[in-house]
Amino acid sequence: MTVRNVRAAIGQTVAATVGWLRAISGDDAYERYLIHHARSHEGPPMSRRAFYEEREKRKWSGVSRCC
Amino acid sequence: MNKIVGVLLALGGAIALGGIALYRHEPINALWIVTAAVCVYALGYRFYAAWVAARVLSVDPSRATPAERYDNGRDFVPTHRWIAFGHHFAAIAGPGPLVGPTLAAQFGYLPGTLWILVGAVLGGCVQDMTILLLSTRRDGRSLGQMARDELGPFGGFAALIGTLLIMILLIAVLGLVVVNAMKHSPWSTATIFATVPVAMLVGVHLRRLRPGRILEASALGVALVLLAVLAGGWVDTHPQLRGVFDWSSLPLAGFVIGYGWIAAILPVWLLLAPRDYLSTFLKLGTVALLAVAIVLLHPQIKMPALTSFVDGHGPLFGGKIFPFVFITIACGAVSGFHALIASGTTPKLIASEADVRLIGYGSMMLESFVAIMAMIAATLLDPGVFFAINSGAGVVGSAPAAAVHTISSWGFPVTVQQMQTLAHEMGETTLFARTGGAPSLAVGMASIFGSTFGRGLLSVWYHFAIMFEAVFILSTLDAGTRVGRFMLQDLLGHLYAPLGRTSWYPSVLFSSTLVVAGWGYFLYVGVIDPNGGVNILWPLFGIANQMLAAIALSVATGILVKSGKARYAAVTLLPLAWLAIVTTAAAWQKIMSADPRIGLLAAARSLATHLAAGTLPAQAAAAAPQLIFNQRLDAWLTGIFTAVLWLVILDMGRVCARKLRGLPVSAPSEAPYQAARLQPLALSAGLSQEGGT
Repeated sequence: MTVRNVRAAIGQTVAATVGWLRAISGDDAYERYLIHHARSHEGPPMSRRAFYEEREKRKWSGVSRCC
Repeated sequence: MNKIVGVLLALGGAIALGGIALYRHEPINALWIVTAAVCVYALGYRFYAAWVAARVLSVDPSRATPAERYDNGRDFVPTHRWIAFGHHFAAIAGPGPLVGPTLAAQFGYLPGTLWILVGAVLGGCVQDMTILLLSTRRDGRSLGQMARDELGPFGGFAALIGTLLIMILLIAVLGLVVVNAMKHSPWSTATIFATVPVAMLVGVHLRRLRPGRILEASALGVALVLLAVLAGGWVDTHPQLRGVFDWSSLPLAGFVIGYGWIAAILPVWLLLAPRDYLSTFLKLGTVALLAVAIVLLHPQIKMPALTSFVDGHGPLFGGKIFPFVFITIACGAVSGFHALIASGTTPKLIASEADVRLIGYGSMMLESFVAIMAMIAATLLDPGVFFAINSGAGVVGSAPAAAVHTISSWGFPVTVQQMQTLAHEMGETTLFARTGGAPSLAVGMASIFGSTFGRGLLSVWYHFAIMFEAVFILSTLDAGTRVGRFMLQDLLGHLYAPLGRTSWYPSVLFSSTLVVAGWGYFLYVGVIDPNGGVNILWPLFGIANQMLAAIALSVATGILVKSGKARYAAVTLLPLAWLAIVTTAAAWQKIMSADPRIGLLAAARSLATHLAAGTLPAQAAAAAPQLIFNQRLDAWLTGIFTAVLWLVILDMGRVCARKLRGLPVSAPSEAPYQAARLQPLALSAGLSQEGGT
């Protein structure tokens, strides 16, 4: 295993962890929405602010946390 | 290859459990418990969960999930299984698995540990996975809707009422835990107060400054609450400020109630949502840190395997090992509440039915492991210290000398000097009678972290742990009050339609106030109770939570029988039967027992007799009428829970009997089959290939 391989492996692990954290926190939810929206071609997409406002409202309208 | 792994796991589990069993009369190492747990989970996941998924639930990866069929990029989103796992785990794991095992440690480390492992692998994990799949097959319908569709209107109503009552009891008891951690502790109080403006700052950042940059806002928030822990230490040494934050329990209860009410009527983005982000990151980080620290430190367990308190006279709560260990530990073994998360939110993220084993069964395994770690943190303390922290003044006496005398006479030696030194090390003036489990867990966590990462910072670690638990608990309190409000509005809407409108402000104000008054009442009575209050509230919460689990398992059993899988019904029927037995036995004793330490009515009678005879001290006599009323109310609530439990089981039995006798039953509510076309998902958005077209 060369130094470059090790460095690449570490880089991939860090990137995967950050990606996972972004995904579970919802940090990348808007980007995912844009990708989805680009495929569906339904008028202009929501703004970033509007998207998160709607997301928050939905999340806290039901049972989303437990004991 | 798989068989070899299985055999190795079985051997590992057998050796570790054998180790626990053989070292009965000398201290065992926590690593044995961790090893046994990991092996039991691995076996359960590899064999039992796989069998249940394939045979009983007929998981079908070729079937399109609601996330694929209704994919709208918002709530229905096919999600990579590890991300859905993270979401689901963050949603189900609250403070419950931290408190229950700590209380159950009064029986010794063995009973609680065995129940956490067996209960999770055969009960809780199965419940979560089954409900997750059933809801996924039904377009993500909620437990209440499934109960209504599959059993009848009564089942749906029972689920709604059960959830509302659990929520109220849960918030009250968690509020009590926070109050007991903060009382006369300027450091804890200052730190916990500071988390409120920190959360608001994060909220403003996310809403106004940089919408949706959750990761950076959370990182900022976590850094600020860590700073708040250090600032609390500075407040503690400051002669004037110290007094400002030195509160007794009653005003603190007032603060928690006021906070809960304000949080409920403020917009969610300001307090609730940002606090939840903080709590999620602290939760994931602390759980990971604790696991690493336990493995690195591998401490000795000092609590005996079994204590003499299995006979029912334990100081934390009265009642014998059967049925009370099974009621005390609900979260971490079987938690009915999870069925609400596993139906509704999570099913809308499931990309493939094949993922329900990891997300449903796997997340619950991880929560169960959190419970195991809480058990380790509680039992590595000197038992004398553990009982001195967790016994209410009404049980062991309020003077330190009296308390250590009583506890030492039980065979758990402890001295005033030892407790003073410990309190000093933790940066507190006293640790006596800090009931509720949070402070003893914090002492345990501080010892683990301190020994692993630097002993000099014990007091900082202690207050970090207190802050972690408080952020967690206050976040549950906010979210629970809000959910309670929605449910109440749903109910009230039947009486007067405008009250059912969730965005009509007078209705929001009215129903929020009712919910806060509900849990605020139980919190208040808990605070004035000289026995600490947790001893009454926690078993009640446990009974309520197990009742909800019984409703979920009844729905699951009913669906299995209706879909022609009666021969596999035991998979959900056996956990249901066990829960029905323990819940009923516990409820029976809580209502009928003649021992005032266990029976609620007996306690009310005994207190009334003492009050009439004038043998109570003035302060106790003033609180007595409220305590007597509350004990009778609690007895009634227990009776109602048990009645609802059996009515749902009978309702399920009725539906199953009709099906088995060939009589017509309500039509299955499963969505029709549609072939999945979704391609495998990438883990991160930038490389996403999600979507089938």
